[in-house]
Amino acid sequence: MNSTKKKLLGTPYFIWSAIFIVVPLCMVFYYGLTDKSGAFTMENILSIATPEHSKALWLALLLSLISTVICLLLAYPLAMILCKMNVNQHSFIVLIFILPMWMNFLLRTLAWQTLLEKTGVINSILTFLHLPTLNIINTPYAIVLGMVYNFLPFMVLPIYNALSKIDVNVINAARDLGANELQVFLKVTLPLTVPGIISGITMVFIPALTTFVISNLLGGSKILLIGNVVEQEFTQASNWHLGSGLSIVLMLFIILNMVISAVFDKDGEGSVL
Amino acid sequence: MIKNTAKKIYVFLIFVFLYAPIATLIVLSFNASKTRAKWGGFTLKWYIALFKNDDILQALFNTLAIALIASLVATVVGTIACIAIMNLKKRSRTVVMGITNIPMLNADIVTGISLMLLFISMGLRFGFGTILLSHITFCIPYVILSVMPRMKQLNPSTFEAALDLGAGPIYGFFKVVFPDILPGVLSGFLMAFTMSLDDFIITHFTKGAGVDTLSTKIYTEVKKGIKPEMYALSTIIFVTVLILLLLVNKAPADKKQEA
Repeated sequence: MNSTKKKLLGTPYFIWSAIFIVVPLCMVFYYGLTDKSGAFTMENILSIATPEHSKALWLALLLSLISTVICLLLAYPLAMILCKMNVNQHSFIVLIFILPMWMNFLLRTLAWQTLLEKTGVINSILTFLHLPTLNIINTPYAIVLGMVYNFLPFMVLPIYNALSKIDVNVINAARDLGANELQVFLKVTLPLTVPGIISGITMVFIPALTTFVISNLLGGSKILLIGNVVEQEFTQASNWHLGSGLSIVLMLFIILNMVISAVFDKDGEGSVL
Repeated sequence: MIKNTAKKIYVFLIFVFLYAPIATLIVLSFNASKTRAKWGGFTLKWYIALFKNDDILQALFNTLAIALIASLVATVVGTIACIAIMNLKKRSRTVVMGITNIPMLNADIVTGISLMLLFISMGLRFGFGTILLSHITFCIPYVILSVMPRMKQLNPSTFEAALDLGAGPIYGFFKVVFPDILPGVLSGFLMAFTMSLDDFIITHFTKGAGVDTLSTKIYTEVKKGIKPEMYALSTIIFVTVLILLLLVNKAPADKKQEA
């Protein structure tokens, strides 16, 4: 079979991706850049500047940044420990982190309500131990917790993958040449895992920035993130033009993130799979 | 020694964090009281009620059917696409891979609304079909991204050798190429199935009235209060998967073929 014939094999997918990936994105841009009469307008995009929308965007940015940093700080040491544990089955580690996904995402997040409530499980334990109780349900803190909980696996897996690919000889060489633990980490391990870190940041930051479910379930109904605003424009207000315009703003952050990833991870090494 | 203990405690705490909500749900499925807030004693009645609840069973059927069909179609289309992508020139390959990456990198909410706008303009009736089309769309990239690395490791000469020895292209593919890429195909399928099963956001925007998956059913129940049958069902699903995984891991695993 020659290579032209092989290329033809891709036709179903190429057509599929054109119809279901490229065209829909173009439609978001079309709706976002037009008004109800179909005339060109920037108003939908510029409406991000209104106090209500910009507040939702800033809050979403703030909470997702905090969550991303917490995920990174929790995941890196964890990945290092897991890597050194010599679990010879790489797939087992992956499974442990993917397994929770088989329990529905909404139920898992809802379970935090039960855990965090004023008279919930965690507070009962704290009261029993005579410790001060934790009242974070329906606050931004609970949203951050929900984000960290849901997206932590997406930070651990790419970092773990990057770490497990490091050649032990490289580290041994650094030690032989007189580097101490800290120097080995800063000069060898950390730079080699940058693609994994960047990939992890993307996998956590984007879903956290755009979520509307976590803020709905754990933040009560009063806290609106940009994702909630977009969702409401589509499902309740039925203002697709405004919703699309705000989605374009969201996509700017996604593109920015993709550009940063491309700069740091040229070979696509930091994959989750 | 102290350092090692500290490490173990750290890993343990993270796993408590990851699995605490799951434990909570399992406990709630045996809770005789209908509210989440208090413990009313041990019961199995929700498990019995579950099998009489047609709404939930229908949602379960939809969820499983969509996940299975979507991941199967995605696996076939994605694997075949990989063969083609490998043979593209560098430039077109970059373009195709860039497009493939879009559903992975783009926010689910944007993917969801973009597909919703597409289906509306195509005049499709929202329901099982539109959910399925969307799920296939976001499943294919998972398959491609997990098959691609395997394809790259292949030695192209083996396939050519098979052809030289008289094998037809299809026979040659299944006898020579397929066994080598199988681990990638399987992990792609599994990943796609899991993602489809766990998806809420994209389904939320592409479903029609009257058709529910478990996720959308749970979401509509949030405000009224989740039916305890739902906890029972998710406990059954979770335990089944856990047992399956333990069995698979017990089986002599090929250590080279990691996911």
